[in-house]
Amino acid sequence: MNKGASVVVIGAGVTGLSTAFWLARDGVDVLVLDRSPVGREASGRNGGGCSHHFSPLFPEEQRLWPMMDELLGYPTEFVPHQISISMSRERQHLYRRTVESAARHGFVMEELDAQTVRDMVPLAGDNMLGGYYSHFGGKANPQRTVQAYAWAVRDHGGRVKQNVTVTGFERAGDRVSAVLTDQGRFECDHVVIAAGPQTSNLAAMLDVDIPTRAARAEMIVTEPLPLMPHTGVDGNGLYGRQTLRGNLAYGGGPHEWVDTEAVPGGGRPSSPVAMSIAQRVAQLLPKAAHARIIRNWAGIIENTPDGRPVLDQPEPWTNLTVGIMSGVGFGLSPASGRALMQLVTMRRCDFADLSTLRLDRFSDLEPDWDVLQGWTPIQRMAG
Amino acid sequence: MTIDIKSVAGKRLEISGETQVLVVGAGPAGIAAARRAREAGAEVVLVDENPVCFEMMGESVPQIWGARMSGAVRNRNAMTEALLEARAALADLFEIGVDVRLGTACWGLFANQPNMGWMPGVVAGLIDETEGNRYLQCSQVIVATGRRDMGLAFPGWDTPGVMGAGAAVMLARLYNALDSRVAVMIGSTDEALLQALDLADAGVRIAAIVEQADAPVGSDDLTRRVEDAGIAFRLSEAPRGVIAGSDGVEGLLLRDGIVSCDTVLLGVGAVPMVDLLHAAGAHARFAADRGGFVPVLDAGLETALSGLRAAGDCTGIWTAKSADPEIAATEGRIAADAALVALGLESGETAESLAVPAVATVDAGEYRKAWMRAAVVEALEEMPVCQCEEVTAREILEVRPPRYLKVPPKENETRKLSEILAEGPPDPDQVKRLTRAGMGPCQGRRCREQVQALLALQEDLSLGAIPLAGYRNPVRPLSLGDAAVAEDPQVTEHWEPWFGIPPQWAPLWTIGDKYTVASLSTTEDYASE
Repeated sequence: MNKGASVVVIGAGVTGLSTAFWLARDGVDVLVLDRSPVGREASGRNGGGCSHHFSPLFPEEQRLWPMMDELLGYPTEFVPHQISISMSRERQHLYRRTVESAARHGFVMEELDAQTVRDMVPLAGDNMLGGYYSHFGGKANPQRTVQAYAWAVRDHGGRVKQNVTVTGFERAGDRVSAVLTDQGRFECDHVVIAAGPQTSNLAAMLDVDIPTRAARAEMIVTEPLPLMPHTGVDGNGLYGRQTLRGNLAYGGGPHEWVDTEAVPGGGRPSSPVAMSIAQRVAQLLPKAAHARIIRNWAGIIENTPDGRPVLDQPEPWTNLTVGIMSGVGFGLSPASGRALMQLVTMRRCDFADLSTLRLDRFSDLEPDWDVLQGWTPIQRMAG
Repeated sequence: MTIDIKSVAGKRLEISGETQVLVVGAGPAGIAAARRAREAGAEVVLVDENPVCFEMMGESVPQIWGARMSGAVRNRNAMTEALLEARAALADLFEIGVDVRLGTACWGLFANQPNMGWMPGVVAGLIDETEGNRYLQCSQVIVATGRRDMGLAFPGWDTPGVMGAGAAVMLARLYNALDSRVAVMIGSTDEALLQALDLADAGVRIAAIVEQADAPVGSDDLTRRVEDAGIAFRLSEAPRGVIAGSDGVEGLLLRDGIVSCDTVLLGVGAVPMVDLLHAAGAHARFAADRGGFVPVLDAGLETALSGLRAAGDCTGIWTAKSADPEIAATEGRIAADAALVALGLESGETAESLAVPAVATVDAGEYRKAWMRAAVVEALEEMPVCQCEEVTAREILEVRPPRYLKVPPKENETRKLSEILAEGPPDPDQVKRLTRAGMGPCQGRRCREQVQALLALQEDLSLGAIPLAGYRNPVRPLSLGDAAVAEDPQVTEHWEPWFGIPPQWAPLWTIGDKYTVASLSTTEDYASE
């Protein structure tokens, strides 16, 4: 028979693992289950950005990142601060909106003239207007961060079981009493579902409706280049960074709505969008135009109808917590995991107002919301 | 119907042209496929990345050339002429109207499948010096990309002069541009013995064939032919280092003695080149009797992706096939016949029959593991298995963070892989992301099979139990500048860094209590950051 746990977390992405880390650190007996190795999906494939000023978790995100290496005991490759390069008046306008939003939380973005940007970003060219230096935020290495969480969970006495598929739940009144898997049953006092694109399907097994749709997004990476004095550089419609190894890793551009769960664990093919990304990297950093692309890849991202996370404890269950981050999960993970930990242990969060992340904000949602928003896979559009 | 203008829906992929049949690779299988398809009336484009430019050859693309290319390879026109001379059947294709493009690399293939639906059909990404980067839409694609050599680490294996055995044969036979007089072959499979004989015939003196086992593993017949040619075996041996001079290798240090040579040939495994197919999303399976991971194909040599087929060495390598190019050519014709049926240009079944590997006398999986043990695990010093990222076997097996992070090693030294990673076979992609082995500019061409063998050795698993480390487009490196390609103006106009979901980027204090689609402002300027 399997050994259950006080808290079973479904999903070994950054959100689930961070939750498990904070729980284990507090001495809670926690078990994480995932059908794949840790961070196999979007958690390990993203741009590594750690700045989400539009989130109620923003201040906590900013407080925690600089200490994550020490807290976890493993390197995340977090590099603080970032530079956003303005290539157009429109983007400059958008950055000013960010300046205002960050300022409300007491964070500073400094406007830079073009020459200052070129001094700080040697690969930049003459084709930009200037930029902003954020005295907050930063970038980390997604795959290394996921593994750091997983190893930290283990070091604190928690367990991470990979390659286990959840098949259902056992109920006892208003409680979830066990998680059923292809490798048997795991008893629990509390369940956390933080399984990205599969969260909706899993929650549906408990009659909880979490509206989401999944889409594919893509990134590219170049061969290593000499490290710039500041590696957290983006702009020109791209997100990403120079890695500490020196590679330029960037993403952006049109996504594609897909029926991911029709083929669980299926391929994550990349598309020609990658070459459009490459073209924009060459514009953003013209002195890197000679650098060779050595890889591109795609990931599948779940989105809620308004693109904002759900961190909540859906009724009628008394021991169920769900966390779905809607495409902004990586950077917020130190904070989202801590918030979910508090929901599990105290049923409330004492450092952030989670009211905008409630599930019942969708109670009046149109039934055909996905069609209304155009979030329909192309094959299905073609009929 | 509403379209999400920030998505690919409704956006065109700008293609440079269309063809009925694209053949990738101008070896025996590709040439036969192109000929058959063209003779039945199909419009056929045949591309081959060879001759590869000198700079790319210096970076082991697509073979481990070991810097043993003669100066002749700097002249691409001469290389093309040499290639056409060496492959007379290729020159014939021009006569019958095949659009032959040499020096054109296919860096990616795209086909609709679960999780991707916006391709107009099967699309090939092509790049060359004359036309740059572009997309060709194809009704049928036959991938005949051939083989490459398995890398094998030993101290000094990054020295100029250490090269793939197959790469040496290509340089000698296709281009007459192999800069080697005396070579040592590592490995004694049938493929290695055939290559040794071929190179000897091309004027290279084979100073020894080094084998870790106590007897040659190739067939008795080939072993006899090698001995008759005066080539000596060094059995129960393994490379321990190289004697290096200003021009690279001057000798190979063995456990017992030194062999003078200017070239060391890596011949422990000929590997099907499945990069394009796997990156496109075709499934691969491990087949020890076919030399490694091969695409899963039906009777018409079609992958599960409609219109995408494979033929020749990239579908499997075995002795008879290595000895007789007609077997690969037959596969090419079978794939072409099936493509012609799909195009409606032919009806009925192919008249050809597919050859299958004979029962192997040596298990390629066990053999490769044995070589990894002899050359790498039992080596007296540590050396990179992944040359690009300089990752050693120990660093791979302890899943150590890369050295540039300068973090002290954790207790992983004392942990088993299953404790470090997960239950079940270790996943080379997970190991790759954490150690960086296989993440460098050579795209894992030199270390992929070694990492697989190392993980299998460590966990005492069969080689095939370790999953294939995923291939990624572009399967040939192309520069950011060269990647630029025509783009639908709609892509440009609606480009967003992230999804562009309106409320995702709205300031927190503007978020309402309930969300409905109808509540969205249609006038406000939304954009992601």
